[in-house]
Formats: sequence, structure tokens, C-alpha cells
Amino acid sequence: MINKKQLDGQASPSPKPRHSKQPASTPERFLHRLFGNERELKTNLSLLSMSLPGIVLLFIFAYLPMLGIVIAFKDYRFNLGILGSEWVGFQNFRFLFGTDAAFRITRNTLLMNLLFISTTTVCALTVAILMNEAYRSRLSKYYQTMLFFPYFISWVIVSYFVFAFLNGQTGMINRWIDALNLDRIAWYRSPEYWPAILVLANLWNGIGFSSIIYLAGILGISPELFEAAKIDGAGKLQQIRYVTLPMLYPMIIILALLAIGRIFHADFGLFFFLPRDNPLLYSTTDVIDTFVYRSLVELGEISMAAAAGFYQSFVGFLLVVGANWVVRRVNEDYALY
Amino acid sequence: MTVTTTPRPFPLNRYRVQAILGRVAVHAVLSLVGLTCLIPLILVVSISLSDEIRLAKEGYQLLPVGLTTFAYEYILQEPGQILRSYAVTAFVTAAGTIAGLLVCSLLAWPLARKDFRLRGPLSFYVFFTLLFNGGMVPFYILVTRYLGLKDNIFILILPYLVTAWYVLIIRTSFSQLPTELLDAARIDGAGEWRIFFQIVVPLSKPVLATIGLFFVLRYWNDWFLALLFIDDSSMYPLQYLLYVLMANINIMAANPQTTGMPIPTLSARMAMAVLAFGPALFTFLLLQKYFVRGITIGGLKG
Repeated sequence: MINKKQLDGQASPSPKPRHSKQPASTPERFLHRLFGNERELKTNLSLLSMSLPGIVLLFIFAYLPMLGIVIAFKDYRFNLGILGSEWVGFQNFRFLFGTDAAFRITRNTLLMNLLFISTTTVCALTVAILMNEAYRSRLSKYYQTMLFFPYFISWVIVSYFVFAFLNGQTGMINRWIDALNLDRIAWYRSPEYWPAILVLANLWNGIGFSSIIYLAGILGISPELFEAAKIDGAGKLQQIRYVTLPMLYPMIIILALLAIGRIFHADFGLFFFLPRDNPLLYSTTDVIDTFVYRSLVELGEISMAAAAGFYQSFVGFLLVVGANWVVRRVNEDYALY
Repeated sequence: MTVTTTPRPFPLNRYRVQAILGRVAVHAVLSLVGLTCLIPLILVVSISLSDEIRLAKEGYQLLPVGLTTFAYEYILQEPGQILRSYAVTAFVTAAGTIAGLLVCSLLAWPLARKDFRLRGPLSFYVFFTLLFNGGMVPFYILVTRYLGLKDNIFILILPYLVTAWYVLIIRTSFSQLPTELLDAARIDGAGEWRIFFQIVVPLSKPVLATIGLFFVLRYWNDWFLALLFIDDSSMYPLQYLLYVLMANINIMAANPQTTGMPIPTLSARMAMAVLAFGPALFTFLLLQKYFVRGITIGGLKG
């Protein structure tokens, strides 16, 4: 969440350039028109030169790929390149939406992200409220570390953790099932369990991070409100119900809305490494990002990948803009722009 | 927890009992959740310290079965690939963090300056990348076909150098610097570059340290760029090496070096993971409070 004013560059008043000296040649006159007098010109050119490396890097790694998105409308041939390949209109999209995969990856991406947003919000909020109650205790530091350390662990490593639990032969869960004299479950061949597994993994990874944000929100609530509630005879639970939660509502709504703006983008690592790219699990674990990667790198179906990628970027953009529009109506300070 | 009776002047009235019970419940829940989070970590460390034959028979257990460091000895007998990957990751992390901090803060400073005439357009140029991106396919084609950076170590660094989010956080911090100091330097005749390096950067150490840590975490844990662009095993970063080992479980069993010895594939795999995340996790936990500060400023107020 970014303060609106921070992004609002135009707001600065631009004083009329005072020309100390009449510039001679045309390009020089243009520069003075743009940047003002001799001193202002020098300052502005220095500042521009500072931002140059960043501008160039963004151009190469962010803006060129944005332009390259046109390959979704082309029949891409490696030897012809992006510019040389033939335009084919919406053929790639007809091809993509003619498959079952298009529905599957859209559904999985949306549903899994909705599950992630709701579980993380509820659990992180609960943890943050509890952490606030334990805030003065010496133990709170240890709780925070235990909850936060998964944030430092990459999905590749998490896939080792999950494998240790679920591996069919030696996995801990199946050994527990043995101990209970039940039938073992072939986790890596049973897609129906994976939504739950992925939700747990995502929660484990993100709960520390999210609860820190909510805790900061709770600590920012004026203590006078709690004092007043206490004088009115409110117990702890009532204080949470009538002070903490209402004060956090704007924040909860805004964080959820911003997450909904990103709902078309799945966490690639989570969906790629944990199910180990296993075709038997695709029905519940294949999302847009894994589909694009597989089509592009493993199968070489570049047209398919490009169409799915464009679909994601385009709908994703609309969602971000829409979510931001709603956020701005709720609270202007929290809007992305 | 409604209070129905008026508190009496006793030390242990109903209200206080409830308060104490409440506090016990809070600690109980938090320690339970915290310990649950630790279970995967304990499991993997235990497996790496277990005896291979007993593992195959008894399965993975939360406590080591037949405590042994054999898996570690086995891996460290032939540490070539691990050391190489550690070196690649260390280089990428160090170079990426330093260059990233430099590029991002140099970009953030003009954006924090009200007297910079291109501030508006440049802000848009930087922050539009937060809203829209071209996705994986054009990026992949650009790097492999047009930039020719496949199997080049710098492709592991360059794409992350400018991260709009970090630029935003640094810029917010820069714009809160006292202007008097900068004006004074300007009157003394200092140029913009000199002002940046001798006044702005030293005054902004806290935010730069926080963003630096985010860069370290990002580069250290990155596997994405290697997955797309690195085929040469001498350039595998640590995380990608682990992925390759997981994807080809038999790669270790095929190691001909240990004929006659039981090959610890089950425990060695987990020992590999521990060697990869252990030292980094330890370091990150030591620096945890800086991350927490970064999340708080980044998450709450830009």
C-alpha cells in the first residue's frame, strides 16, 4: 500500500523558467525550455543521469517484454523472430480456449488464490491479535521467530519438506497411517488432497509475514480507545470485537482487495515445486503460470504459452486497475496510485 | 468473557482468574502454532541425521533413527558441485545486492526531488511496471534470442536489479530527509552526485540496510532465472541445484564413487537441503528485526 501523494509526481509546482542567458542553438533552447535556467538545467541533467541505469534496465527487462506481448497474435518462429513472424490474429486464442486446459488453469488459479487470501487473512489476523495480547511477554520474540522463519525458505526447500511428509514409501504421514492400521494414501497420485496441502504450505509460508503487518496495524490503534472500552466494562473479547476489529477493517479490506488484484497470478514456485510437476496432479495443481512455463520450456508450444501469458497479463491488469479503483473509493491513502 | 459480578477487593477474584486463564490460553495457542510451524524443519534435520537402512525400514520419523552424520560425510566427500553452487549463489547475491542498491537508490533520489522536472513521467515509467508486465514468454524470448544471455551468469543478476517496489520504499525515505542540509551543501558548491553519495546515502543507512536485506533474500533464494536460462551445471545456483536433485532422485544413487557402501539417498537428499538452507536461515534469523521493520514500512505506508 502506497500513499497516493508519494506517487503523485505532477503535484510539484513548476516555477516559470527564468532565463538568465538567451540560449543559442535549437537543442539547447529545447533543454532550457524543459529544465529552466542554467543552474536548474545542470541539476536536472545530473538527476537524469543518475536515473539512467535504472531507466535502461527497466526498458530492457520490463518494457521490451511488454511490447513483445504481441507474439500472442503471431505464429512465432524462432528463425524469424518476433518482428518477422506472421500475424495470425486470434488463432492462438482459439487454439488455447479450445482445450480443456484453459478452463482448468483459470479455475485452479482463481480458486486456489481465493483460498489463500481467505485462510491467510483469517489466520494472520487471529495470530496478530494473540501476539498483541502477548506483546509484553518475553516469549513473544520466540513466537514471532517461529512463525516468521518459513518466510526465508524458498519453495524448492519447501518441496523437500513436503516430500518428507508425503512420500509414499517412507513419508512420515503414511507411517502414521500405518500405525493406525489404515490404508496408505498415494499422495503424489491423488489430486483431491492437493488443494488442502497447498493451502497449508502457503499458510505456513506466509502467516508470519501477514501477521506482522496486522500486528503493526493493531499497535497503531490509539490506546485511549481500549482504555475507554475498559472503563465501559468491556472484557478482552469485547475489546477485540468492538475496538480492534472495527479499527482494522479498512486495512483488512484493502489488503484483501490488493490481493484480489493479483488473483490471476499464481505463485509459480508453490505450484511447480510442491506437486513436483506431476501430470497426475494437474487437475488440481495446474495454474496459469505453470501452464505457461510448461508450454514454453518443456513442450515448446510457444503460441499456446504466449496466448495464455497474454490472457494472464491482460485480465491481471484489468483486475489490478479495478481493485485499485475500489481501494481508492474506500481510502485514498492506501491506493496503489 | 463478560464480567457479571462486580470486582471484589480480593487478590483472586473472578475477573483476575479470567484474565490469567486468558493469558495462559493466548500463550498456549501461540506456542502450539509456533511449534507446528517448526515441525517440517525438525523432520528434515532428523532425516538427514538418520541411519539409511533404518530409514528405509522404519520410514521418516520426527526424531532421528540411529543418530549418524553419515549423510553429511557422504556429501562432503565429493563437495565439488555444492561448493560451486554455493560460490555461484554467493557471487550473484553479493553482486546483485550491491548493484541493485546502487541502481534503485540512484533512481529513487530524482523521484524524491520536487525540483526534478521529469519527476512525473519518470514516476509513471517506474511504477507502471507494478501494474503490468509482459509475462514469461516475451521475457524468455528476449533473453534467449535477442540478448543472448542464456547460460550467462549475469542473467541471474540483471532482471532483478530494478524492483519498482524497492524504489518506492527508498524514495519515500529519501523524501523525508531534511532539506536544510541539502541546501547547505548546495550553497557550498557540492554537485548533485556528491550530495547523493556524501549526504543522502549516509543519512539513509537504515532504509538501505533493510532494502539490501530484501535483495539478499531475493537473490539467495532465487531459482526462477536459473530454471529459465541456465543449463550449464557449473553455473547452477544453490536453489536450482536442489531442484535438479529433487527432480532426478536417482542422480545420487548413480554416483559410482561409493561402491560397497550403502548409498544414503534418503538421508543425503535431506542433508543437502539442510546444507543449503541452514547457514542462510541462521543469518536471516539474526537479522530478523530489520526484515520486520522493512515489512512494516513497506506494508503500511509505502
